[in-house]
Amino acid sequence: MLEVPRHPALTIMKLLWADKFACIAALFLVLIVVCAAIGPYFLEDAASKLNLRGRNAPPFDWSQGWLFMLGADSLGRSILARIAVAAQNTILIASCAVFASLVIGGALGLIAGYSSRRLGDTIMRLADVIMSFPSLLLAVIVLYMMEPSVLNLVLVLAITRIPVYLRTTRAEVLEIRERMFVQAAIVMGASRMRIIFGHMLPIVVPTLITIGTLDFAFVMLAESALSFLGIGIQPPDITWGLMVSQGKAYLHQAWWLSFWPGIAIILTTMSLNLLSGWLRIVLDPVQRWRLEMGGKNND
Amino acid sequence: MTNTNSQYRHILEVKELAVEFHTANGRFQAVKNVSFHLDRGETLAILGESGSGKSVSASAIMNLIDTPPGYITQGSIHYRGQDLLNMSDVHRRDINGAKIAMIFQDPLAHLNPVYPVGWQIAESLRVHGVDKDKANQRALELMKRVGLPDAQEKFDAYPHQFSGGQRQRLMIAMALGFEPDILIADEPTTALDVTVQAQILELLEELQAETGMGILLITHDLGVVAETANRVVVMNQGEIVESGLTREVFKNPQHYYTRKLIAAAPGHLGRQGGATGLREGRDALLSVENVVKYYGKFKAIKGVSFDLMPGETVAIVGESGSGKSTMAKTLLRLEEPSEGKALYKGRDLFELNPKELFELRREIQMVFQDPTQSLNPRMTVEKLVCEAWKIHPQLLPRAKWKERVAELLVQVGLSPEHAARYPHQFSGGQRQRIAIARALALSPELIVCDEATSALDVSIQAQVIKLLSDLRRDLGLSFIFIAHDLPVVRDFADRVIVMKDGEIVEVGEVEQIFNHPAHPYTRALLDASPDADPDVQAQRREKRERERRMAVV
Repeated sequence: MLEVPRHPALTIMKLLWADKFACIAALFLVLIVVCAAIGPYFLEDAASKLNLRGRNAPPFDWSQGWLFMLGADSLGRSILARIAVAAQNTILIASCAVFASLVIGGALGLIAGYSSRRLGDTIMRLADVIMSFPSLLLAVIVLYMMEPSVLNLVLVLAITRIPVYLRTTRAEVLEIRERMFVQAAIVMGASRMRIIFGHMLPIVVPTLITIGTLDFAFVMLAESALSFLGIGIQPPDITWGLMVSQGKAYLHQAWWLSFWPGIAIILTTMSLNLLSGWLRIVLDPVQRWRLEMGGKNND
Repeated sequence: MTNTNSQYRHILEVKELAVEFHTANGRFQAVKNVSFHLDRGETLAILGESGSGKSVSASAIMNLIDTPPGYITQGSIHYRGQDLLNMSDVHRRDINGAKIAMIFQDPLAHLNPVYPVGWQIAESLRVHGVDKDKANQRALELMKRVGLPDAQEKFDAYPHQFSGGQRQRLMIAMALGFEPDILIADEPTTALDVTVQAQILELLEELQAETGMGILLITHDLGVVAETANRVVVMNQGEIVESGLTREVFKNPQHYYTRKLIAAAPGHLGRQGGATGLREGRDALLSVENVVKYYGKFKAIKGVSFDLMPGETVAIVGESGSGKSTMAKTLLRLEEPSEGKALYKGRDLFELNPKELFELRREIQMVFQDPTQSLNPRMTVEKLVCEAWKIHPQLLPRAKWKERVAELLVQVGLSPEHAARYPHQFSGGQRQRIAIARALALSPELIVCDEATSALDVSIQAQVIKLLSDLRRDLGLSFIFIAHDLPVVRDFADRVIVMKDGEIVEVGEVEQIFNHPAHPYTRALLDASPDADPDVQAQRREKRERERRMAVV
């Protein structure tokens, strides 16, 4: 028990090492983020250079060089380069949308759960309105009226996903506020802010992050659906979702057009999921021993 | 089977049983080399505190141990000569429920909320092949037998429509379906009020006399053992430390653990140095006048008044629904009162504006019943205690926090290294000490203890009472001590208030309440709390018997 206190970053690394899957997931996400950050500077040309002779070139054909190892699309552009370049838009849109809906939904949920009944009810009914409106239809209407741009896309996606976080947060807050440690804090004279941010938020946040990672996949696909309808991201800009939908027409002759960007989406969400599972354990002192044991199994 | 005859002597025989759990911290021996037996018509009590392995032993008999992580590594369990551990599942199911039945601590958790109770009792018969009409008829008989009023009308009622005591009666009815040979009762009365507990224990005794079943009673309550058991087995940390006839074990305990347990029984500690002469010529610290609290139309508190002197300890005792906890919450403004005044040092607590209330929060602190719930699981001990100073920064400069936390931890009997740990790494008693340290951090003058010891084992309970008494002596604190039964407060309180249905029925000095109770309800409460002395209980039983005969004549 009496360990020498170390730097917190070192402890985190050790806890991450204890969960091998989370470790691999973290490495993969670092790779994606690096692609998103620097990919467009190096690969922009390769991603947009047409090569009509190499249309729908199959993957694992090394004769064209390593850029074409995943094949080429219907205009002969390197799929690998396009995935790396598209990472920027995809990650930017999805993470902004998820982050915005998480923060707004979480904040509204805290208010709905901890304030007067009338205000809480009003917020909940508003959430019901958003929930009962098909989210894609809402997006279509909004984007039809406004200019399709990255910002508007993020905005629409964020709004449609708010109720998920709102409801979860409110439900958890309603449960936590009845717990005895909250009463104990009130007896000590704790203010509302202290109770909300000191006692409730640390318990709600891991749940929200878990939902957020699951939502990441949903948002990426919703974005691709909008792009497919022509009101999302417009070519020549690219996202993974757009690549999937563009490849759909060639699914019979060239499966790799949709397959590789699809794999990118799946791997990213799966990594986020694994990492959020690990994070949930790290943030919970009651569970943390599972990792501190060095990942030893129950047997 | 060569030695069938010798095994047949007892209806249940457990021999050298050992149960092991595989956990991340390695193998844990929950039960080690435990042997006992049960005969028809007798009650055997397994007495032990939490973690003693008493419930695991019972689960092994009913085949309720989850494998993995639990494994029976050694020993045998025989029912009438049949080996229960090496039996096919089909055969096993014939015995479980029909020949060996079990009742649990929390009947609400073991009754399905979506089916009517009559249906559920009949169901327990139907699974063993009784046809529907017969099962319903028998279920009704059973409900009458266990003393449920209006059994006919209540047949189609749902579990939530019954009180705790009635639910336990329903569980007993369910268990009795096939007139089992053995009834295993796992803490059957722990969740019940004392007067209800007395009724349930009496019912079990009657049923035993009628059917001749053997009862295996698992409990932590010495009083219940003294009241009901013929023989007792005392368990500690998975081992049997002592066994024998109840009276002999209680009167002449051999093992030091048994001695410790009996000495710790509430009401037997001796006075913990309460002060005397507090009430003469001084102003009350807190003076409660005619407090009323409504929940909708329901009147939870019907005009309660009492005084508390500085340095005094007042105990408020009452069963569930008496309004005692509501009273405590009202005083701390966790609930708003409907009427009345509470003058604390001359200022009405109920009239304070938020700022004044905030100042006063420091002086009046609360220790809750269940420390597992009242400590935020995500905070270290240091953070939990320091929160007091974060809220009231004028109390202590930040530089001294660490030092003061260490001091407080020592004061409540923990050590300074514990500051970095989380609540789940402590035992129940230690957690309650942390909660007390947190209350002390604000240097309060009055501490309200809401059932602060009821969730703890007896020996731990005694330690916490001792700690509170020491703090009272050293710091001159006043206490309002809320409890559901009387013996606990005998050692600690100066004065006792007995509440029933939102009203005070009796107020008095401790000695007066215990030796010369004036109100019939106080007397009933005192009689119903089982004393940890088989002789006292035997006398009480005789007295009840006499009264019953008188009533019949």
